[in-house]
Amino acid sequence: MTANKPLLYGLVAIVGLVAPFVFPAYVAQFAFAWLFILFALTWDAQGGQMGYNSFGNILYFGVGMYVCIVVMVGYSYNVAEYTAPGGEKAFTFSTHQYIIGLALGTIAGGIASAILAIILGSGILGLRGHYFAIGTLGLGIAAGELAAGWDFIGAGSGVAAPVFPDAMGSRSLFFYFVFFAITVIAFFAYKWLYRGRFGLAINAIRDDEDKAEAMGLPTTHYKTMSWMVSAFFLGLVGGPVGLLIGFIDPRDTAFAGVTFGVWMVLMAILGGKGTIWGPVVGAIVFLIFKEVFWIYLLQWQQVALGALIVVIVVFFPQGIMGFLREQWPERFGHRVEETPLNDMNVRGEGEA
Amino acid sequence: MDNLLLLFQAPPLALQVLIDGLLVGAILAMPAYGMALVWGVMNIINVTQGEFVLLGGFITYILFTTTGISPIWGIPVSFVALYVIGWVIYKIVIFRIVDRDLFISILATFGISIMLQQLMNVFFGADIQTADPGLESWGFMDDMIIVAPIRLIAFAMVFVLGGILVMFMRQSRMGRAIRATSQNARAARIMGVDTDKVYATTYALNAAICGAAGALVVMTSVIGPFLGIIYTVRSFLIVVVAGLGNLGAVVVSALGLGALENYAGFILGAEFQVAFVYILMVVILIYRSLMLRRQRRYLT
Repeated sequence: MTANKPLLYGLVAIVGLVAPFVFPAYVAQFAFAWLFILFALTWDAQGGQMGYNSFGNILYFGVGMYVCIVVMVGYSYNVAEYTAPGGEKAFTFSTHQYIIGLALGTIAGGIASAILAIILGSGILGLRGHYFAIGTLGLGIAAGELAAGWDFIGAGSGVAAPVFPDAMGSRSLFFYFVFFAITVIAFFAYKWLYRGRFGLAINAIRDDEDKAEAMGLPTTHYKTMSWMVSAFFLGLVGGPVGLLIGFIDPRDTAFAGVTFGVWMVLMAILGGKGTIWGPVVGAIVFLIFKEVFWIYLLQWQQVALGALIVVIVVFFPQGIMGFLREQWPERFGHRVEETPLNDMNVRGEGEA
Repeated sequence: MDNLLLLFQAPPLALQVLIDGLLVGAILAMPAYGMALVWGVMNIINVTQGEFVLLGGFITYILFTTTGISPIWGIPVSFVALYVIGWVIYKIVIFRIVDRDLFISILATFGISIMLQQLMNVFFGADIQTADPGLESWGFMDDMIIVAPIRLIAFAMVFVLGGILVMFMRQSRMGRAIRATSQNARAARIMGVDTDKVYATTYALNAAICGAAGALVVMTSVIGPFLGIIYTVRSFLIVVVAGLGNLGAVVVSALGLGALENYAGFILGAEFQVAFVYILMVVILIYRSLMLRRQRRYLT
């Protein structure tokens, strides 16, 4: 399988580059597919690889989104005027303003989220188990409530994202490639991180944090670093998502704990926690489920999603990759020679 | 911050805020106690707490609008209805996750909570509702302090229900079985306790307590299908402060939270009251964890 690897990557790259042109009607869905893969990957860095089940990673997504919009608007106009409710003045962005603003805003969003993760990390990551899960859940919702009360960024009525300049062609297509690029970078960044000392360290924390600490591993340092990397990528992608959707509501778009926040957990579990390909597979399968629910189950789609969460978690907690690994362990042991998946397998066999 | 000054300049106003906070806080003690019960006995953090409260509220509201009788009758009706709902949910999902790891139980109950939210949204509509029992307000100190009698009734109901619960847990056979199971489930099973039935009763009882609380909530404030999570977080906060299985401490910290929250809402503005609760929870968790870290321990 190792020999097939360039083939696999090549195939994914070709599909990624060609798909939006072959099926132009589904560009927005494809864009969300890459976004969801990124969500699942960043969540899995804590939930799967480190054993810290965060329900609040959406916090960094929302922070990135708001920072990006504020920077982008601030580059060309006065932010307070822009977010003022019922403003008569029309704000138009030229291609130049849009591109430069977007680039600055996206990077600022990523960096702001990463810094926030470092600040929060040392406190929040000291919590474990139940407390970490509920604590992060509270953090995510608190951010939404704060954003909903802050007039500078539009408060509860939200803020409309800058309008995409007509001169730049299709909005969906543009953001498709933005998400595609960020997700591919994130995938290889994680692959590289998991392969080295970092991957071993966070896996050690997952397996037994007390022992890892007793062995002299600076656990807080690694935990914060893992959170920081996830926060960076989530912050990076936040702004473009806000611009693609076009309107930023503090509770339903930016800090959307009940939708994106839960979906990222679900996708990682569906694909298989603690594997690099699991989140990718899980995100795609989940997106298909979601689209089918949205098309065929008028009004009932969220109910069906809730039921899906329960079914997956209760009956299928090992996920798709976990299931495949149980069925054909020898193929997996062979296939993932150079990824941390292999480490887990070897360790599992060693213990048995 | 102007409002902070106002509190010092007008002591009756400060007292009014305190009384309102305490009366609301008492209601919060009920879902918190239910959460502590389920947590202690089954080692599950039930994230559906808030949805049970709202469901109780909606049942009371429907009863009130369709039959026209006083919404106070909603308390027993919601109690019974939620007992049944809780039992059904246990028999479908919860019994499968009792022995599983905590992450699975949190996520599974989270899934149920999303389902219940959306079902309420479909059946009762997304609007916020309230059921006014139509009792006249009482004024004290030349009408400087106004107390809604329904809040006093709710306050009293909390203590009545709490008393009944304590009696149930101490005196009845099932109460003893619940306490035994929470101490050591395996030993209880060996002694002939049907732990599955104990778990089902515990979960259903929790749902019923939340339902009764919901009936009080709909009379004293408002309900809506998506307002549940705040009750779950408040319950969690109270349980973290009070510890498991101590009804007295739960009531005291619930009253404290109610008062604190009301002051915060008054000083910071009502739009930040909910945010205050979440941030307070995070701060308390971090504070406790930092205190424990000095001794190389952590919250378990």
